[in-house]
Amino acid sequence: MPSVQHVSPKKGDVLVLVGTMKGAFVLRSNAGRKRWDVGGPYSIGSPVYTMGFDNRKGRNRLWWSQQSFRWGSSLISSDNYGKTATEPETYSIKFPEESGLTLKNIWQLQMPAGEPDTMYCGVEPSALFVSRDAGKSWAPVKGLLEHPHRPKWTPGGGGMCLHTIVPHPTDPNRMIIAMSTGGVYRTEDGGNSWRARNHGIRAEFLPEKFPEFGQCVHKVVCHRSKPERLYAQNHWGLYRSDDSGDNWKDIAKGVPSDFGFAMVGHPHDPETAYIVPIESDEYRCTPEGKLRVYRTRNGGGSWEALTRGLPQKNALETVLRDGLAADSLDPAGIYFGTRSGKVYGSNDEGKSWQLILEGVPAVVCVKAAVVGDGEAPPKQSVTQKGREKGAAKKRSAKTRGGK
Amino acid sequence: MPVTFQIPTYLATFADGQRTVNLASPGATVRDALDALWRLHPALRDRVVDEQGEVRQHINVFVGDESIRFASGLATPVPEGAEILIVPAVSGG
Repeated sequence: MPSVQHVSPKKGDVLVLVGTMKGAFVLRSNAGRKRWDVGGPYSIGSPVYTMGFDNRKGRNRLWWSQQSFRWGSSLISSDNYGKTATEPETYSIKFPEESGLTLKNIWQLQMPAGEPDTMYCGVEPSALFVSRDAGKSWAPVKGLLEHPHRPKWTPGGGGMCLHTIVPHPTDPNRMIIAMSTGGVYRTEDGGNSWRARNHGIRAEFLPEKFPEFGQCVHKVVCHRSKPERLYAQNHWGLYRSDDSGDNWKDIAKGVPSDFGFAMVGHPHDPETAYIVPIESDEYRCTPEGKLRVYRTRNGGGSWEALTRGLPQKNALETVLRDGLAADSLDPAGIYFGTRSGKVYGSNDEGKSWQLILEGVPAVVCVKAAVVGDGEAPPKQSVTQKGREKGAAKKRSAKTRGGK
Repeated sequence: MPVTFQIPTYLATFADGQRTVNLASPGATVRDALDALWRLHPALRDRVVDEQGEVRQHINVFVGDESIRFASGLATPVPEGAEILIVPAVSGG
């Protein structure tokens, strides 16, 4: 077994949570985001498809999913960044017996900022679970569990999963979810009913190219200041909606491929989003052997390649749908992980990148958070920067893979 | 009809650290015996069977030398003094 390291974050530190096919890692840095301590692996040997950090109501609670092909899937939590973890005696995410379904994996965790005790889980087979007591108990959202479309949802390459949960930032009755396959669904009544919202999204693999549902949408993002604006990375196709998903329009002009998995929005600018294009669903690697993040800063009107610090030769990489994340600082930090076990980070919104972790198992999710009760950390003063520089030197011996 | 359960190392954590669990009255079938085991150690249940009550795909249950998959499944009879083994399958990636 590998030796396990731990991190000890403090308020204002940045966390990058990395789920791999063989366990979870927790990266910590100060607001400068140049040097990273690495904690983990946790849940050694288990695929960790999602992670999350609950910093609401004064919590500093880490969550991750632990999949075992033998013992089933469960949610794990830790109040000390992984030093000790709580695995529930009886699994908290379970389908009711009468559903005839059995849980295969937990793909997504969401903790809405405006509802500090509410958590959501997206699972395989596609379903949504909700907790109203900060993760102690969970129940399936019946409106989706019993949705009349369910018999026609079919598995994509990764399984039939509900992988995207986008709560509305101010209205707890509204939410967008996405699944592969099935596409985008929206509720406006707290989950009692769900309508497919895929008008304009192409289903290349079906005889009818623009069906009501059945699309293989890989990721949807939105910005809290403009929740009606959505971006979607589809299985072939990049889209934008300006009406909460009622209509989608193609915004793929200027990218080397409109196929891809990962997508993240900028934390402060609803016009800015990031993707990592992948060359075709047959090949599923970065085009031309170049590892490039693409960014739009005008709502998808145009895209620019961000390459400084990223390999531009022989880089046959894949970034999966939850492998791209942004922190909430200004300037924003952007992070992504690859199936080859590398994690790159940018502390300047993608202008430049550094390898912050390597040699880990295939990365399936990357999440970012700032420690400190959900508050935005104070902007750095010159004095703070000086202190961080000294502290970074002391910690550098513990940093794995840092540059 | 006492029986003895042999518990794999991973699951012993959820059975008070025990690798061997003796049950004095386990019932007539493997299903009865497992139900009795869950009553004693509830955390074992979700890890051995799924929501539908079926033994998970990559776990094997043996009564003596016989896998219940090739007998009558959970309805397999449990003879007096039998040893029931819960064994993780040799599979993975």
